[in-house]
Amino acid sequence: MKVSIYRYNPDTDREPSMKEYEVDTQGKDLMVLDVLNLVKEQDPSMAYRRSCREGVCGSDGMNINGKNGLACITPLSEVAPGVKDGKKPLVLRPLPGLPVIRDLVVDMTMFYNQYEKVQPYLQNDTPAPAIERLQTPEDRAKLDGLYECILCACCSTSCPSFWWNPEKFLGPAALLQSYRFLADSRDEATEERLSRLDDPFSLFRCHGIMNCVSVCPKGLNPTRAIGHIRSMLLERGV
Amino acid sequence: MVTSVTSMGRNGLSDWLIQRVSAVVIAVYVIGILGFLIAQPDLDYGTWSAFMGSVPMQIANTLLLFSVAAHTWIGLWSVTTDYLTSLTFGKAATSVRLVVQMAIALLLLVYLLWGLLMIWGGA
Repeated sequence: MKVSIYRYNPDTDREPSMKEYEVDTQGKDLMVLDVLNLVKEQDPSMAYRRSCREGVCGSDGMNINGKNGLACITPLSEVAPGVKDGKKPLVLRPLPGLPVIRDLVVDMTMFYNQYEKVQPYLQNDTPAPAIERLQTPEDRAKLDGLYECILCACCSTSCPSFWWNPEKFLGPAALLQSYRFLADSRDEATEERLSRLDDPFSLFRCHGIMNCVSVCPKGLNPTRAIGHIRSMLLERGV
Repeated sequence: MVTSVTSMGRNGLSDWLIQRVSAVVIAVYVIGILGFLIAQPDLDYGTWSAFMGSVPMQIANTLLLFSVAAHTWIGLWSVTTDYLTSLTFGKAATSVRLVVQMAIALLLLVYLLWGLLMIWGGA
């Protein structure tokens, strides 16, 4: 099968280019990461991130035939019709909107800066009980669909609002984590958290196009979380 | 917290709310006008003029005018802050954005005053 990969080395290349490779998958429905590993055997200069190879670490987020996803859990048969059979090329590009360090490796600083802004940790000034802060099963259930995020950045880098204003709009990943702590019955910083989201950019730049939902490799729904935060702001502000 | 002095209400929630409420006003107005046009197949100038000159329609038209102006401002403000940024214009971005935003604001203000004159001017 044909594989087309975005190549850019700032030390030697004036501008990025797409490089074609021919890979023999023996007709198997390999994961995209397996195909990348085969390419790496042919061309050791090609750079990409990977670690756990099972969709847990979030390292190998990339743009696969136009859609962001994790290479390690995306089988060729799910990329696009005809890719597995070699009728169409597999096209791999870095996550859109972030500066490219080299080939498929992007600089995630802007993404992490936004994550840091939502203060993604439990804030509770009440003296800690002897054993642990308890939660009812119902309160715990509110965190399902929120805590599973692995910060792969597939969602935020598929969001046009994040592309245009990556310093001002928090992006779906950070907003999902923001709601994860707003929804936590043990967290006491609700007011401070909400007051930081009230401006026209941080949260309200989301126009609900749901690209984030369609690409999330963990099946999470940042748009719904953003809607919940908006309702909380509305209750607080009306 | 991101500061912004040119957005409608200087606040995301208020802009979001105004955008939704103005959209409802515009939708109700359009449906109402369509209903009137369907109910009046033989519409002539006299009927139209009397309809538009009635106090309820003067109020409805004024509400529409304010809604369209607010809705347009919030929408175009979003567009200018999305596309007229340093990504597209480099260092000139702030000047370009400010000039375009002020041009839109002045134009909307003119439309608003002109519209009010048409509705309430009695001509």
